[in-house]
Amino acid sequence: MTGLPLVALVGNPNAGKSALFNALTGARQKLGNYPGVTVERKAGRLSLSDGRPVELVDLPGTYSLNPTSPDEQVTRDVILGRQAGERLPDALVVVVDASNLDNHLRFALELIALGRPTIVALNMVDLATRDGLELDAQILSRELGVPVISTVAVRKRGLDHLRGELESMLDSGAGDVAPAGERRDFEGLRREARRIARSAIVRETPSRRLTAAVDRVALHPVAGLFLLLALLFIMFQAVYAWSEAPIAMIEGFVASAGDAVTAALPDGLLRSFLVDGVLNGVGSVIVFLPQILILFFFILMLEATGYMVRAAFLMDGLMARVGLSGRAFIPLLSSFACAVPGIMATRTIADPKDRLTTILIAPLMTCSARLPVYAVIIGAFIPARTVALGIGLQGLVLFCLYISGIVGAMLAALVLRRTVTKGASGGFLMEMPKYQWPRPQDIVLGLWQRAVIFLKRAGTIIFTSTVILWILLSFPKAPENGGVSQVNYSIAGRVANGLNVVLQPIGFNRDISLALIPAMAAREVAVSALATVYSLDADEDEAKLERSLGDRLKDSWPLPTALAFLAWFVFAPQCISTIAVTRRETNGWKWPLFMIGYLFALAYVAAGLTYWTATAAGL
Amino acid sequence: MTSALPLRLTDLPLRQPAYVDLIDWDALSASDGQRLREFGLCEGASVEALHHGGLMGRGPIACKVGRMTIAMRRNHAAAITVRTGPQDAVADEEA
Repeated sequence: MTGLPLVALVGNPNAGKSALFNALTGARQKLGNYPGVTVERKAGRLSLSDGRPVELVDLPGTYSLNPTSPDEQVTRDVILGRQAGERLPDALVVVVDASNLDNHLRFALELIALGRPTIVALNMVDLATRDGLELDAQILSRELGVPVISTVAVRKRGLDHLRGELESMLDSGAGDVAPAGERRDFEGLRREARRIARSAIVRETPSRRLTAAVDRVALHPVAGLFLLLALLFIMFQAVYAWSEAPIAMIEGFVASAGDAVTAALPDGLLRSFLVDGVLNGVGSVIVFLPQILILFFFILMLEATGYMVRAAFLMDGLMARVGLSGRAFIPLLSSFACAVPGIMATRTIADPKDRLTTILIAPLMTCSARLPVYAVIIGAFIPARTVALGIGLQGLVLFCLYISGIVGAMLAALVLRRTVTKGASGGFLMEMPKYQWPRPQDIVLGLWQRAVIFLKRAGTIIFTSTVILWILLSFPKAPENGGVSQVNYSIAGRVANGLNVVLQPIGFNRDISLALIPAMAAREVAVSALATVYSLDADEDEAKLERSLGDRLKDSWPLPTALAFLAWFVFAPQCISTIAVTRRETNGWKWPLFMIGYLFALAYVAAGLTYWTATAAGL
Repeated sequence: MTSALPLRLTDLPLRQPAYVDLIDWDALSASDGQRLREFGLCEGASVEALHHGGLMGRGPIACKVGRMTIAMRRNHAAAITVRTGPQDAVADEEA
């Protein structure tokens, strides 16, 4: 999109920047990375009123041009035209929260002083009104010396006005005011911001705010914790309860595609490749899209409503006790979706030791890639009955697996902070945004982006691993009537039989050993690998082929093995992307190797203990 | 000017309007100090403790600074001395 005029959206965190960005660009967004740093570049296309396109880039939120983290550094460097891989923006749109002018205007003044063409978007005017605050945008504009436009991301009028203003600013080419002569220091800027904010306030009634009322419950040491646990519990119940129908639909689709291929092609390698490798393998992972989207729906809602920081506040006592910064909670919570963005989000943690510890334990948070593995095993081995009060046993087991990951992570942090990452404990300094009802469009857009990422993974990493596994499982061909099964005779089978010597003591069988190797690429591959193994194994038996993966597992695994398999996946670092991002973020192989080592050791011990205990209990 | 004895932010009773009397910047790391400033904490700013987190009173403190709500740990709050009473110091400062 080079060649287009570039406009940067910049502002404090919690100024409603992302909602405004979404409203201005719609679904025409491109996510990427700035070269050399792992900071996400979020860009989109905005159309001016005459249809001319402009590239709009959403810069990471920051409080000043004095960065304390890599994210904030990117923001500063882009604005100053120093960021590699980014041209100097032709104009800045500074987003300020209407109800927090004192603070946000200070940064706005700092930006205006740079002398670049600038427009101020007075954002979230509706929330300010809700809190009894009335502002005069014209006074603000006069005082700041740049256009000020009242915006609410959901309302079209302000957005059109903003587009129009941008258009005339870009057209005039100028607007490039000479930088203000004297550079004011922090204190000077703060006073000036305060003075301007005072002058722009038309009316201010001290209304009792919604946020304060909700926080009385949400931040209460006892009630708040119950609320948090209840929310998480509902989330995991919903993952099962809401997903049945869409899963059945996808399964039906994969099955009919398999039937169509079977009918159209003669029995042979190509048919086996398409049915056993592609459809059964990749299909068995795509089935989990509804559950992953439900999980993301909850995480996006928790973030967008402003609840996430409250959860961090509640958990900070615990975080402090294991030697982590309270800030670590948010990267860890987003690791529930995926450890890769979670590890990238640790860049907001200033203390290096603190940050390293968070990176090392992030893979213990149950990411969405584990969900297919958990779901298939739970579905096969845990009866779908109600325990009490509408609480399903399956959801309960899933909840316990998530809790095991969290407890494991806290214990790991406790040990790490006393050994390899020894150092002073970090702090917890965070702004608590106002509660707000998220725009449905933002949630839908977020879900859409996640779905695309997941399907791309299914189409690339998972597809490739599945195909390679199918090849390794299909060759060399076992001799007819040789008394050796194809799986055992194949290359993959031989490797798995070797690996099984190590894994047998913890209750794993050959098929699990076989699935674990390609699952190093991504955890979900374990499911597609099992599907491929059982699909190939069942070739001779048409009746077996008709049955679901869950049913087949149920027949061939004892319960202790299934439980040990679950325990393994709570800890095992089976994800190449996570290892790669850890290497990038820690600048070397030392820490990723350490991470792989300690997590595999934990996985082995946990699976072993589970297997031996379950066997002893006679399960 | 009505002002009670100075007390630490950690000891300020909940929902009692106060203003910042003194901040011991030396007790804070450079980046934490900068962040607190960016949150609008400075001598004279109005502050109100809203919530104490944690069951044994060891958790963080949520407080209102100006129109913003921020959370900090007790070690940071202990570096901030406040005075209860109406906020008038800022007006003096700006006059």
